[in-house]
Amino acid sequence: MKHIAIGILGVATLGLMASAASAGTLDTVKAKGFIQCGVSTGLAGFSAPDDKGDWQGIDADFCRAVAAAVFGDGTKVKFTPLSAKERFTALQSGEVDILSRNTTWTINRDTALGLNFIGTTYYDGQGFMINAKKLPGVNSALQLSGAAVCVQSGTTTELNLADYFKANKMEYNPVVFEKLEEVNAAYDAGRCDVYTTDQSGLYGIRLTLGSPADHVVLPEIISKEPLGPAVRQGDDQWYHIVKWTYFALLDAEELGITKANVDEMKNSASPEIKRVLGQEADTKIGTDLGVSNDWVVNIVKAVGNYGEMFDRNVGSGSPLKIARGINALWTKGGLQYAPPIR
Amino acid sequence: MASQEILREEPSRGSFVNDPRIRSLFFQTLVVVLLFGSIWWIVQNVIDNLHRLHIASGFGFLKGRAGFDISDTPIAYTSDSTYGRAIIVGLINTIIVAAAGIITATIIGFVIGIGRLSQNWLIQKICTVYVEIFRNIPPLLVIFFWYSGVLAVLPPPRDSYHLPFGSFLNQRGFYFPRPVWGDGSWLILVALVVGIAMSWFVARKARQRQMATGQQFPVFWTSAALIVGLPLLAYVLSGFPLSFDLPKQSTFNLTGGFQVKPEFLSLYLALSCYTAAFIAEIVRAGIRGVSKGQTEAAAALGLRSGSILRLVVVPQAMRIVIPPLTSQYLNLTKNSSLAIAIGYPDLTATAGTVLNQTGQAVEGVLIMMIAYLILSLVTSAVMNVVNARMALVER
Repeated sequence: MKHIAIGILGVATLGLMASAASAGTLDTVKAKGFIQCGVSTGLAGFSAPDDKGDWQGIDADFCRAVAAAVFGDGTKVKFTPLSAKERFTALQSGEVDILSRNTTWTINRDTALGLNFIGTTYYDGQGFMINAKKLPGVNSALQLSGAAVCVQSGTTTELNLADYFKANKMEYNPVVFEKLEEVNAAYDAGRCDVYTTDQSGLYGIRLTLGSPADHVVLPEIISKEPLGPAVRQGDDQWYHIVKWTYFALLDAEELGITKANVDEMKNSASPEIKRVLGQEADTKIGTDLGVSNDWVVNIVKAVGNYGEMFDRNVGSGSPLKIARGINALWTKGGLQYAPPIR
Repeated sequence: MASQEILREEPSRGSFVNDPRIRSLFFQTLVVVLLFGSIWWIVQNVIDNLHRLHIASGFGFLKGRAGFDISDTPIAYTSDSTYGRAIIVGLINTIIVAAAGIITATIIGFVIGIGRLSQNWLIQKICTVYVEIFRNIPPLLVIFFWYSGVLAVLPPPRDSYHLPFGSFLNQRGFYFPRPVWGDGSWLILVALVVGIAMSWFVARKARQRQMATGQQFPVFWTSAALIVGLPLLAYVLSGFPLSFDLPKQSTFNLTGGFQVKPEFLSLYLALSCYTAAFIAEIVRAGIRGVSKGQTEAAAALGLRSGSILRLVVVPQAMRIVIPPLTSQYLNLTKNSSLAIAIGYPDLTATAGTVLNQTGQAVEGVLIMMIAYLILSLVTSAVMNVVNARMALVER
């Protein structure tokens, strides 16, 4: 029901919005004093509330990084949990300023939906998970013909699933739910044989199941799922701030700037590090972007660099223990690559 | 009317500003202009803002390839079908669950409603408890009760409960044999139609005879024999053309046969149970609304209590019952949109998925609203016809 409410709200907002061009997102955000960040309803490692009710995960931290760039304070974020179905309407209608919610970047979303993805904060791919105890002998997704498959509605996952089974001439019964928790509960209760979503998500969900050791993630990756934050179209300044926050996180890791050493690094002999951290004389890099010149310092102080963010939330420092893999920096054989800050 | 006539005849006194007719005309025009002006302004703004935000608009998306699968497809549908067809599949699913729910809720409701007025202490209390429980729990919780509380605790497919006639019950739903119609089975269908037509004819004749002579005829047993016996005879004569496709165990699920999914079952049971509680109260109110003198007069004529209820009380109660019953039917239809919580692909769920895959929220919500509006208006129209036929005909 809630997505209808948001839909109607969206229609109402679109209808009642004064037709005169509204102020830019940066000014609106500054006026209200915080960034409204759209996150998932709870996906471990990406965005999930901890036992104190604080949102944790890569996607949540990304919003904190933007808040640090804008306000110099990473805590000036309010989170809006959104289901897969609600997320785009919430962003389109201006209910959230950034959608940072393990969302796949596709052409349709960049064009017909009127969004602008700022980059790929996590390279993912869709996989399958089964209960190995109940289904011994199944070790490939190609053996899944006839299975009941649990999937969240309104996702690219749902579309890839249909394509994959069709391409391999297999049949399946879709068991489709709107909310992640409902999919988890149905899979755990045995309503379906297979759970499909992004592989990172499967590892996170496995931890929340009754007996995680019984469940295995099958080796096949059936799609490309570049996950990243998105903003509305038509506001280039805000788009650049969010996009360069992501690049700053990567450049900081590449230059070895960490949460611990960021203050020392300000006095570094390297002109590049000094430039990135806004220590160059008469620098205008930050102010041209619309933020203060020490924006990168603020970002790193708030959430660390990209590598620290990854390790803390999904990598070796987290229960998920996902390897960096293709999410390593380009210098280490991965795909994460940022243009220079200069 | 009268006062207006008088005013109209009076000669205009001075300025037309004081003329009540012109005043009322002025204000009515003003309201109409304001109303349509603001509607136009809102529509225009939506269009402007969609353009400004670079969001696609229009209904062209309905012809696009859907790309997702739906679990219950009463009409042919694959991921290659269009978004429009996906929405129609959802609409048909809504109609199916609403129609099944309305029939069951009405039957349960009448039984419980009459039961609450029973002289039998136990029956009366059981019916009261039923009404008080289901009337006071939100329908969403009733749906979860059936879905998580009852159906989800059934055994997995490998350990299904074996029921009579080759049917099975497990947490994936209820499976029963699907009839496969062979050559010559059209004869059975014809026999069934003939049986129903003859029963109707017999009932009519019997009523006419009773009106004329007072003699009764066992209509029920004759009809039953005709409706069951004729198709059975046709089945034998055409050489047993009917066979059954039985559900069988395969790697993951039971295959073959006919499967009723737990999502449908729990939604259907929940809506029926929930709405039945309200219908029971309406029926009770209707029966109570029939004057006690009617019952006593009928008893004085020597009718038995069953006949009094059937011939005297219920027909009169129906006049009170039908208008509020319509509201309950509309409620049930609209409550079926709660299906989304358990993943039954009704209109809200499929149109919601389409809305999300295409991002066209304005059009998506508009389609849903219009579809539910039409469904409700059709239900009301049908019930108004029924009401008109039941209404007291004054002679």
